[in-house]
Amino acid sequence: MTSLTKKDKDAVRAFWSRVAGKSADIGADAVCRMLTVYPQTKTYFDHWKDKSPNSASAKNHGVTVMSGVAEAVAQIDDMKAGLQSLSELHAFTLRVDPANFKILSHCMLVVMAIMFPNDFTPQVHVAMDKFLASLALCLSEKYR
Amino acid sequence: MVQWTEFERATIQEIFANINYEEVGPASLARCLIVYPWTQRYFGNFGNLYNATAITTNPMIAKHGITILHGLDRAVKNMDDIKNTYAELSVLHSDKLHVDPDNFRLLSDCLTIVIASKMGKSFTGEVQAAFQKFMAVVVSALGRQYH
Repeated sequence: MTSLTKKDKDAVRAFWSRVAGKSADIGADAVCRMLTVYPQTKTYFDHWKDKSPNSASAKNHGVTVMSGVAEAVAQIDDMKAGLQSLSELHAFTLRVDPANFKILSHCMLVVMAIMFPNDFTPQVHVAMDKFLASLALCLSEKYR
Repeated sequence: MVQWTEFERATIQEIFANINYEEVGPASLARCLIVYPWTQRYFGNFGNLYNATAITTNPMIAKHGITILHGLDRAVKNMDDIKNTYAELSVLHSDKLHVDPDNFRLLSDCLTIVIASKMGKSFTGEVQAAFQKFMAVVVSALGRQYH
């Protein structure tokens, strides 16, 4: 279901080059939003002192996640090989239930629509959706 | 019965009072057909859907998008009994239109994204949560009479 065509990759790279400057903001908003809209996701962050959606921990985490996404864009031609360590991290240490990748992806897309209403066309939307799904698959690949 | 907070009620009323149906309806349906192309299976006699440009400029799709969005008005006006409000529409989608109910969720996601792009920063996490809760209730009600 998630094989990226050349057209998809070009669209992702083009859109990313426009938004990369704001990637920290995108990540922070996406994670904070996720914690608000899907409160069950807070269960992964018991180790944070401040678990409120707009905490510094939440925003920083968004920045961390988004730098992973940036890396995936750079490795888009062979994500499986390029993201090995991230894949192992998620499989053996983090063990985030894969349903949550869909949730966070959705929140990222919403933030992109908010911040870049004219650039986030349906064509860009489908390419980004496929890309994030592909990335999620990569991250959960070693789960079992 | 679904419990709504004052914030949720106010948020839903405000969103629907302020969107441009002629813009949001067509944009949402077109986006759904482009992002989830298998949904095109229900639009066999709507003319040219060959590519994104054809879909976004297709007048039949635009008209249908407006129809669908106005279909939500009933739920907006009857938030305390969405289940019964949509019983008939649910039967229609099941028995006559034969739409897989998962499609309601897909369209709902596209509507969320279009409304987010229109509202910008005012589409906060809290507003998104209220809107998605409302849409989840609508989607559930529309799928309820399937058998």
